Amino acid sequence: MSKQFKRPLPQLTDRNRFFWTAGEEGTLRFLRCSDCANLIHPPVPVCDKCLSRQQEVADVSGRATLVAVTVNEQMWMPMIEPPYVIGIVEIEEQPDVRLTTNIVQCAHEDLAIGMALEVAFEHYEDVYLPVFRPADPALRTEAG
Amino acid sequence: MEKFEDKSAVTGLGMSDIGRRLMRDPLGLTLDACLDAIEDAGLTRADIDGVSTYPGVVGGAPGISGASAWDVCDALRLDVNWFNSGLEQSGQLGSVVNAMLAVATGLCRHVLCFRTVWEATYTELQRSGQIRYSGGAGRLSGGMEWRIPYGAASASNWIAMYCSHYMHRYGLTKEQLGQIALNGRRNAALTPYAIYKDPMTMDDYLNARVISTPFGLYDCDVPCDASVAFVISHVDAVKDSRRGRGIGFEAVGTANTERVSWDQGDLRYLPGVKGAADMLWSRTDLRHKDIDTAQLYDGFSFNALCWLERLGFCGEGEVGAFLEGGTRIARDGELPLNTNGGQLSAGRMHGYGFLHEACVQLLGEGGERQLPNEPRTAVCSAGGGVPGGVLLVKAL
Repeated sequence: MSKQFKRPLPQLTDRNRFFWTAGEEGTLRFLRCSDCANLIHPPVPVCDKCLSRQQEVADVSGRATLVAVTVNEQMWMPMIEPPYVIGIVEIEEQPDVRLTTNIVQCAHEDLAIGMALEVAFEHYEDVYLPVFRPADPALRTEAG
Repeated sequence: MEKFEDKSAVTGLGMSDIGRRLMRDPLGLTLDACLDAIEDAGLTRADIDGVSTYPGVVGGAPGISGASAWDVCDALRLDVNWFNSGLEQSGQLGSVVNAMLAVATGLCRHVLCFRTVWEATYTELQRSGQIRYSGGAGRLSGGMEWRIPYGAASASNWIAMYCSHYMHRYGLTKEQLGQIALNGRRNAALTPYAIYKDPMTMDDYLNARVISTPFGLYDCDVPCDASVAFVISHVDAVKDSRRGRGIGFEAVGTANTERVSWDQGDLRYLPGVKGAADMLWSRTDLRHKDIDTAQLYDGFSFNALCWLERLGFCGEGEVGAFLEGGTRIARDGELPLNTNGGQLSAGRMHGYGFLHEACVQLLGEGGERQLPNEPRTAVCSAGGGVPGGVLLVKAL
C-alpha cells in the first residue's frame, strides 16, 4: 500500500538500507552474524555476542509477538493523525530482537499483550515501513 | 571505604523564575540561577573555577538547552580551570557528578553547575512564527529513525509502552499509578514556585484527557522555563560558606549496564535505572530504612514508580501495592516523595529540581513544605532520556 501524504522517514545509509527497503519484496530482514547466527538490531558492524565482523542479511518469517502497546491520542506531527497504535514486538526467530512499530488492522479493544502478529509494509517514497497486524485473520479490521 | 564522594559538597543553591511561557531570554534565566547560587554560597564569580552543565550545545530542539557552558563562562567572564557539558552522561545529574570528580581530583575548588530549560517559551515562539526551528525537515538518523516514522515521537509514547508491559506483567492499576500524580499535586500546593497547585482528585486524574494509553494528561510533566544552579565546592570550603554547612554526597549511581534503547533492553523497567540504582547501594552502608526522603524523576508518573522499585524500596513487581492509597509516599509517610510537587506539578526542571529540593529539605529551608521529620538523607534521581543517574545526599 502506497500512501500519498508524507511521513518523517529514515535516512537510508549503507548500514540500514537493507532493512528499510526489504518490504519491496514483502520480506522482513535483519542483519545476521555469519559465524554465530545472532540477529543484530539495530544494525552495527560487529556481532554483540561473538564480536565477529562477518555479517549477512537474513530473511525472517515476519511473525512476532506484541509485548508492549500504547494507543496514542495526541497529535505530535501534522502528517500522522491520531489515534494510532504503537507497539513493541518481539521477533519470532529471536525474542530479544524487537521493533517499535505500528499495530494496524486491529480494533483497539482487541489489542492484547502476548497476541500473535505478522508483518505488513507501508510504502513511502523509497522506504517500506514494517508494521504489524493480527496473525489471526478473524481479528483483522479493514482499515489501518 | 574512601570515596571521591566525600571530597565535595553543595554549598550554594540557585533558582530562576519558573513558569509557563515566561518569554524571557534563557541565558537570562540561567544567569539569574547561577548568580543566585554563587551568592547563596557566600562566594563571588572570581571564586568559581569550574563549570559543568547538561546538555550544553545540542543538535536537536533548542528548548531543552537554554545555555551552554561556554555561554555562561563568557557572559560572566569566568576564569575556569575546567568546564564540561554533554548529553552522553548519567542523566542530568551526571553533570553534578562530573563537578564532584573535578573537585575530588583537585582540578577545581568551586564548580558552578546549571540546567536550563525554556521549552514553554520556545514552543510559543515557534507557534507564533517568531523563530523557526532549522532542524526537523530532513531524514531521521540515530535512535530516532526507529521510532519517529511510526509516530512514536514523544517520550510519553515510549514510556507508556513500558508502563503497559508492567501493568500486564504485575497487575499495576491506573489508580496506583495515579498516586504519584496526586502526591505531587498535594505537595505542590505548599511550594511557592510550583506551576500547578490546584487540588486534584482521583476522579480528575482518571478522567483527564488521554495522551498515550495508559497515560493521561496528569501522568505527564509540565514543560516550562526554568534554570536551577548549584555550587559544588571542596568539602574543606563548607565551613567558610555562607551557611557554614552544606549538603554532602554519600554515594553516586552512574552505572549503565544495559542497552541504551527504548525497546531492546529489559522491559520490566525503564532503561538507565537498574545499573545506577545497584551501584548507589554498593557505595554506601546506608540502607533503605536510613533514607528520609526521595526526590525521584517523574517526567512521567511511571518514571518515579520505576525508580522506587529498582532502588529497592519494594520488591520486584510490588510497587503498585507500595503506592496503594498513597500514604507511604506522603509528607507524613515512611518515604516522603517529591516534596516540591515534582516535575508533574512544580514543572520540568529536568533532573536538577530533584537535587535542589533534596538540598532545601536537608537544610531545613522548606518553609511551609518543610518535612517535619528533620530529614538528614535523601535519594534523588535523574532520567527522562537514557541513561538515568542517582545520588544519595546527606546533611553535613
